[in-house]
Amino acid sequence: MKEFMYFAFKNTKFKIGLSILLFFLILATIGPYLSHYKDPLEYVSMSNLPPNKDNWLGTTTFGQDVFTQFVYGLRSTFFIGLFGGGLATIIGLLIGFIAGYKGGWIDEILMMLTNILIVIPTLALLIIIAAYLPYRGIGIQSVIIGLTAWPWTARAVRAQTLSLKSREFVNLAKITALPPLKIVLEEIAPNMMSYVVMVFILQFAGAILAAVGLDFIGLGPTRGISLGLMLQYSVLWNAIQLGIWWWFIPPGLAITMIVSSLYFLNIGLDEIFNPRLREE
Amino acid sequence: MLEGEGKMIRVENLTKVFTSGGIFSKNTIVAVDGVDFEIKKSEILALVGESGSGKSTIGKMMLKLLKPSGGQILLNDKDIYKIKNNKEFYSKVQGIFQDPYSSFNPIFKVDRIFKLIKQSFKKEVSSSEWEGRVEEVLKKVGLNVGDVLNKYIHQLSGGQLQRLLIARALLMDVDVLIADEITSMLDASTRVDVLEALLSLKEIGASILFITHDLSQAYYMSDKIVVLYKGSVVESGSIEKVFSNPMHPYTRMLLDSIPQLDRKWEEDRISVEDFDKSRAAWKEGLCKYIDRCPLADLNCVRPKLKLVEEDHYVACVKM
Repeated sequence: MKEFMYFAFKNTKFKIGLSILLFFLILATIGPYLSHYKDPLEYVSMSNLPPNKDNWLGTTTFGQDVFTQFVYGLRSTFFIGLFGGGLATIIGLLIGFIAGYKGGWIDEILMMLTNILIVIPTLALLIIIAAYLPYRGIGIQSVIIGLTAWPWTARAVRAQTLSLKSREFVNLAKITALPPLKIVLEEIAPNMMSYVVMVFILQFAGAILAAVGLDFIGLGPTRGISLGLMLQYSVLWNAIQLGIWWWFIPPGLAITMIVSSLYFLNIGLDEIFNPRLREE
Repeated sequence: MLEGEGKMIRVENLTKVFTSGGIFSKNTIVAVDGVDFEIKKSEILALVGESGSGKSTIGKMMLKLLKPSGGQILLNDKDIYKIKNNKEFYSKVQGIFQDPYSSFNPIFKVDRIFKLIKQSFKKEVSSSEWEGRVEEVLKKVGLNVGDVLNKYIHQLSGGQLQRLLIARALLMDVDVLIADEITSMLDASTRVDVLEALLSLKEIGASILFITHDLSQAYYMSDKIVVLYKGSVVESGSIEKVFSNPMHPYTRMLLDSIPQLDRKWEEDRISVEDFDKSRAAWKEGLCKYIDRCPLADLNCVRPKLKLVEEDHYVACVKM
């Protein structure tokens, strides 16, 4: 851990990624308390006001406060990243561990399932599922994304498990009569921790992008607000043509910066965990 | 253990076939082909053979790490695959593996292997008594407690790690120990300490399978020997008899290849003649050693082990 911290704070990519992410995370946490308004969808002022001292990021065509929408939208974005990405990581780990460790027909069946899900275009599947649900909240959206994003993780975790389980220390654990679950959790999994952290970060970014994609084509949450919905509304009401830049720039920039910061973190962590990539 | 007195572990017609490839191109490799042997109480049996002869595969099957394709392994006349309770089985049968570096989980400190044993098998022993025992066995294998405990694997040498594994096996006071090439990573000076530690285990009644490709070590350690070639036993029996009167051409070749301190390599070793025993001639039913054997001809059908003198078996039709 000490060693990890030492290399982490020497790595520029890690530091950049973490700072940007923390900035938005803090904004999402305290932002709603800074805003004068409680409901992001409420009519609060004249429409299409540019940023001013009451409405820090101006107002929308409907007279809603963009800053309030933005900070609440950030919250849902992080929620989807955490839960959607988290769910995908957990399912992927579970299936990867079981398939890799058990082998045999269990492996065959699980991998068949995984490969089928990989082949089906995820976006099409997401559209169909989302279209079938008349009411959609942020929670449902993150579950849908989590349930479709795990296959690559499962395959990668399976491959790692296959390689780790042939190491002698796993045999030594077996002849110490440790139960299989304990072997997977205590012998195999800790050796993949760095990998799991990176997988989670990528799934986090992937879930955010998937959610934005769904929001943008009109299959986002039917209630509440998210950065993707802000983008969709601004485009629908011609914010770009009318030059209402304060409506679409903040969510667009935030999404880009959050996802980029996650990729920076990922590359940084790779360099921290992998001694061969460490900068001297 | 009255019913098992004298008999410890017996291997009967043990076979392992590996299959590789998919539905369209299936390859099978017979790694172990009908091997029989028995290790009695307080006996060390050396299993020798070249790389790929199936030595380690046999060891893994005896530790229930690989399922045999055929045959049986009997621990005190009980099929080990019928012992469902792993704790019961592994409290009697233990192993030490070839590669000490990969035998430890790099995430944890090395003494975790002792803690795990206590958790699994020796719950009843008090912590302070356990620590005393650990210290005692570490001394026995020539390790200094302060040098090895609380260290990570990369802070120790291969020899130290290997001796930790042997200490682990000693702590378990097992009935059967599978020692798979345990000295291959040790330097000459520590090798003897380790072998002595194994011999002390034998004295307290354990049966030991000593897997090695070093014939001089096999001779130093063992009471009996089994020589494997391509998964089959070519010669077996008491170590004195096999070493003083090797019958199988393969065993003779092996014994001839032991380097001697007092003489240079001589040219009169058995050489492989230029004889048309190429792969084309190798077919099912012929002796597996045919392509390297100086005595072989195409009439060498696959031999069975036969008794040539008391406690000495050879599988060669020319004998």
